[in-house]
Parts: sequence; C-alpha cells; structure tokens
Amino acid sequence: MESYSYAAPNSVSEAVALLAGNASEGRQTQILAGGTDVLVQMRGSGHTPRTLLDIKALAETNRLEVGSESIYIGSAVPSAVINENTELQVALPGLLEAADLIGSTQIQGRATICGNLCNASPAGDSIPAMIAAGAVCDIATGDGSRELPVEDFVTGVGQNALQPGEFLLGLKLSMPGPETRDAYLRFTPRTEMDIAVAGVGVSLTVIDGICTAARVAIGAVAPTARLVPDAAHALVGTDLNEQALVAAGEACKAAASPISDKRGTAEYRKKVVAVLCRRAIALAHQRIQGA
Amino acid sequence: MARLQVESTINGDTKEFLCDADQSMLDVLRDELGLTGTKEGCGTGDCGACSILVDGRLVCACLMLGVESGGKSIETIEGIADKEGLHPLQRQFLENAALQCGICTPGFIVASKALLEKHPNPDEETIRYWLAGNLCRCTGYDKIVRAVQDAAAEMSHPA
Repeated sequence: MESYSYAAPNSVSEAVALLAGNASEGRQTQILAGGTDVLVQMRGSGHTPRTLLDIKALAETNRLEVGSESIYIGSAVPSAVINENTELQVALPGLLEAADLIGSTQIQGRATICGNLCNASPAGDSIPAMIAAGAVCDIATGDGSRELPVEDFVTGVGQNALQPGEFLLGLKLSMPGPETRDAYLRFTPRTEMDIAVAGVGVSLTVIDGICTAARVAIGAVAPTARLVPDAAHALVGTDLNEQALVAAGEACKAAASPISDKRGTAEYRKKVVAVLCRRAIALAHQRIQGA
Repeated sequence: MARLQVESTINGDTKEFLCDADQSMLDVLRDELGLTGTKEGCGTGDCGACSILVDGRLVCACLMLGVESGGKSIETIEGIADKEGLHPLQRQFLENAALQCGICTPGFIVASKALLEKHPNPDEETIRYWLAGNLCRCTGYDKIVRAVQDAAAEMSHPA
C-alpha cells in the first residue's frame, strides 16, 4: 500500500524538481507550510497518501523584508511573526488584523497567510485584505518564477492558479506611504474564532482630504474573494463623504453573490457586506488622518 | 515503508526517535516517547489540549508532524516543573481549583507559560484572548483566569 513520504528540500530548484518528478509519475504532492489546514485535511476521508513537501527549510519562503519601497512576506512566515512586526503594524494594519482574526494563538504560531491564500476558502480572512493591499504572488515555476496579482490567484472554492510543478514563494507588496492605509473588517456571530459571514478589505490613499486611490475587496460572499472596482470608483475623487461611502457599500452588495447557510442567508450577507464596506473605509480613513 | 529518523530536543534533552511521515507530533510524544502529559482533545487544532512550545512558540502538537520537530527545541507539560518543585502556574492552578477533569489542564498551563513569557503582567482581557484557543468544559474559565493572574503576580513579586 502506498504511504505518505516527507521531504524538506533546502533549495527552490530541488523543491520544483520534486514537484515535477512526482507530477510525471502521477504521484500527488502536498505543499506543507504551517500545516494548520493540511494536517486536518489529511485526517479527512478522501485524502490519499502523497508526498508532503515541507517548504519551511527554504531561505526564500522564510523571507520577511520590510524595506522603504517594498515588502516581501515569504510563504513560510507564520501569522504570529507578521503580527509581531512593528513596521508592518504601522504600514499594513488591515492585513495584520485579518491575519490576527484567523485562529487561536496556537494556530497563529504555525499558520501562514500564504497558506490561507492557497487553501482558497471563500471565507479566508486574509485574502480580501491582501487583495486590498495590492499584493502580488511570487510563484516558483519549473524555469524560474512568475508573478500574479493576488486577486487572480484563487480560481474557485479550494482551487488556485498554481500549475503542476509550481508553488507559492511569497507575496510582494509596495510599502504604503503615510497617505495610504488599509483596514479589514468581518462579521461573525461569535467575537473570536469563527468563520466570516462577510468580510471587507479596504486600502485608501487620501491626499489633502481627497481620496486619490482605493482598492476594495469582499470575502465570504462569493465563491472567491473579489476585488470590487466599482466600489473604488465611488470613492476616488471624493472627500469620503457619507454619499460616497454608501455608493461604495452598494457596489460591494452588487458584486456579492453569496450562498445561504447556517451562518447567514444570502440576503443578510449582502446587507452586511455593504455595512462592513462603509465601516472599513471609515477606519482606513481614520488611520490616514491619525498617521 | 522505512520510518523516518528524527533528532530533536525535548524538554532540554536530546532525543532520537523514529516516526512515520504522516505521524503527528502529538502521537510522537505520546506513543513514541511516552510523554502522555500532552493530551488529545479534538485532533484538529480547535481545543488546545495538545499545546506545546516549539522553539518557544506556542503550537498545537496535533497540527504538526513529528518529523517537523527535527532540530527544534520542544517543551511539553513534563518540562514545566523543575527540581525545586512545581512551576508557579501549576501551583496556582491547584490553589485556585482551576481544574476539574484535568484533560485541558496541561494545554492551559503550557499556553499560560507562553503568555507570561510575552506579557508578564497581563490584564484579564489579554489572558482571555490568549487562552481563547484552549477549551475547558468544566470550570467556566474564571478560576483559570484567576490562577494565571495569581501566578503572574507571584512570578513578578516572588515571596
């Protein structure tokens, strides 16, 4: 009987070669970073033995670099490490509050936001936040690497754009200036450790009181998190008055195509996503004014 | 298939063990190393009964592979007390009757130790958020919170 095997290569080229080799032999490979989803899935039915490819021994995936122009968050960096980074606390408070909403202290000690992205749950909290922040995926491929905007990475429920032989090395972001801040808000029936009914990530740039750039993303209200360009259009050029916020909220509502389940009906989710949008914009705006 | 040979530091001692590729750290501790103080509650990272420290970082042993502990320093409930006696947290859990059935207790104590290393004087809200990943179905949590507060006080002002 086939059994699990484990590999923790020290170089990206070895990791890619292992992925390609397995693919050509028809053997499955499971990338392992924090493992907080993978180990649970392994115990579920339908998970067949495969190669567990641990990417935590790679220098590239352990990178956490906060420079004056750019930020790099490697795919093996746990949420707890991101959340403890004082520069990121200032630069990307929205992304960090999303990461901080996922699981307990124990989970955050292992879980990675890149794993949250690859797992591609419709309710993954960090995904709308990283879309709003304009993150770009750095993907290792057979012949080097390629980049993909994070909003194009998740292709369906539990599905992502990684091709056979590829894996996610990390996320690239621009270092926001003091006039740019983000926010992430979600609604859950409980205050802690619950799965989002709806979530909204927002990043705003405000210069001399006028919004000059915006990115708004919604989560848990469609098969994938979605960038909502219409919400951004409703904000840019305004002083973020009530009317603009309402228009952005309505755009989020229009972009949502939620399901009804035990956590909320589709109608309720659409209503909540509009409210969260307005509040997240107000929060990001406050952060810029306070910066 | 051949089992994997792993060497890690467990409660300060170098240990070598064999494990399967898909065997959890929790099963390694309990079944390979005989350290049964770490408990299995849910096996899916929800209850915190299997809390351990890996290089000082609090994690669930059920969500980690045994083979991943190679080269790492692991601390379990068995490593909390020293030769002098119980750790203040263990003593205060007893003093405050912060346990009933006891299954969650090793996880709470390990998690609380990690908390006090990061926040030596936590307020109640900090304690409750930090311990939100540890479930107890007996005590209602109040006595646990008080035990952690008393241990924090004792550790910052030794008698």
